[in-house]
Amino acid sequence: MMKQIKDLERKNKAKNTIWTVVIFALLIFWAIIVLFPFYWMLLTSVKSYAAYNAEYIPQFFTLSPTLDNYIQAFTAVPLAKYFVNTIIFTAVTTLLMMIVVVLSAFAFSRLEFKGKDFVFTLFLSLMMIPNELVIITNFVTVTNAGLRNSFPGLILPSVTSIFYIYLLKENFEQIPEELYKAAKVDGTSDFKYLWKVMIPICRPTIVTVLILKVIECWNAYVWPRLITDDENYFLVSNGIQTIRESGFGRENIPAMMAAVVVISIPLIVIFLIFHKKIMEGVSRGGTKG
Amino acid sequence: MKKKNDLKGWLYLLPALLFIGVFMIYPLIDVLIYSVEEGYNFASQQYYGIGTYNYSYVLHDPYFLQALKNTFILVIITVPLSTGIALVISLALNSVSKLKDLFQTIYFLPYVTNTLAVGLVFMILFKKTAYSEGLINLLLNGFGIASIDFIEGPYWAKMFVLCFYTIWVVLPFKILILTSALASVNKDYYNVARVDGTSKWRTFYKITLPMISPSLFYLIITGFIGAFKAYSDVVALFGTDLNAAGMNTIVGYVYDMLYGNSGGYPSFASAAALILFLIVLTITMINLMVSKKNVHYR
Repeated sequence: MMKQIKDLERKNKAKNTIWTVVIFALLIFWAIIVLFPFYWMLLTSVKSYAAYNAEYIPQFFTLSPTLDNYIQAFTAVPLAKYFVNTIIFTAVTTLLMMIVVVLSAFAFSRLEFKGKDFVFTLFLSLMMIPNELVIITNFVTVTNAGLRNSFPGLILPSVTSIFYIYLLKENFEQIPEELYKAAKVDGTSDFKYLWKVMIPICRPTIVTVLILKVIECWNAYVWPRLITDDENYFLVSNGIQTIRESGFGRENIPAMMAAVVVISIPLIVIFLIFHKKIMEGVSRGGTKG
Repeated sequence: MKKKNDLKGWLYLLPALLFIGVFMIYPLIDVLIYSVEEGYNFASQQYYGIGTYNYSYVLHDPYFLQALKNTFILVIITVPLSTGIALVISLALNSVSKLKDLFQTIYFLPYVTNTLAVGLVFMILFKKTAYSEGLINLLLNGFGIASIDFIEGPYWAKMFVLCFYTIWVVLPFKILILTSALASVNKDYYNVARVDGTSKWRTFYKITLPMISPSLFYLIITGFIGAFKAYSDVVALFGTDLNAAGMNTIVGYVYDMLYGNSGGYPSFASAAALILFLIVLTITMINLMVSKKNVHYR
């Protein structure tokens, strides 16, 4: 059979070359559409305000790049503040979520207790519930608790993820039961076993969950917008929206683009370092859009 | 011994139960209650009746009807189109060996970027201002088409930008899922087909499509759900006052009712959110029924 395939391949070679060219043209075309907005924001951010506004026909490159817009972005609007807020929000939310998720995944995968199956089924059915449905009451709850414009108000509603509990539980269950029994015989406590054995073994999955949560936090927009109207608690997404609507005097697009570059860089760096892990994690069941 | 273990299990679950109870289960019950409390006042937290008035108010609100129309148009255009484009790109990706990883990585980039931030770039590319036509318009002029204000101009132009941006945002996920589905199809099937002299189109239709149909339907189902919940990308393009721009979506309507200039009506917001939930649930059920008939599970 292999010989027949080889013959066929030789015959089709000319046809294949054209085919390959078409395919590469398509791939390159789409790559340009994906990358162009990024190029454009980078380019616009280094054009000077005067030069940008003088261009009736936008130029595709600039010979006199300037960093003035970046200085503007950090001085004219509290961009650094938004940045720090987002880092705090992301770090605390991710950390708390990790604790909550690991503990419950451990309970579901290794411990035996009454009502376990019931709670797990309940959790699974809750996965179907869209965020839009619960956000209304959460808004009222947090407002009534006086937590608007505060970090607890921002963070607390997003520290659980049933999906990640499920993902980790599946992963924990792959660790052989014998290991657990051996540890029990040695008198290792459950908590110590979780910390010293399970977490190290499942590190790849935990890291994936961590990165996905960081991305989610960094891009959070809806909840922060509802719960904050004090600039001191704005995250980058809200900051961008404010900049768009009132910052820099609407027309200073180069400065706007500088701000956009600054808030996009952390995620792009994370992506460049971890792209294999991120794509693997997302294809295993992340969802968006 | 047994009793102690019961307690321990619940103890490990306690944090999750606490958060899920307060921020998911209680709100779920509460949203149903809100939606039937008529004339609820946010300040005094009082209402004067139980009934279906909130639903009827929302269903007769021109802003809601506009949002409903916008959302449906967005869904009907972007879901089939993005799935189709993703399939074409994934097939192309799968047929090359050189540079495949590079292209795949590039295509995935929009997934991790901030929707609001990149939306701003799209707005600038499409916007027509006093001092510049904007890049896209110049491109159109090159083809002999007159400039259009895509951001504040006619409805169809705004809808076009929104659909374009939405597709740009959702494609990374779809390409990723389809590429891995295509890569996992057993190569022997293709070899046999080639020896038999089966045409490319027939191979695709008879082998590839059935083999990747579970992933395809998964994408269609999640695609419908995601598109019905469109909001942040719309804000990125048209600003927060979506009613004024005539570009509001159902989710946008819910948030506007809750908060902002026209906000303070959690009852109306709840009714609208439940209507959205029912729409999505119905569409998902239909999708599942269709997929049961057509999906080939290995």
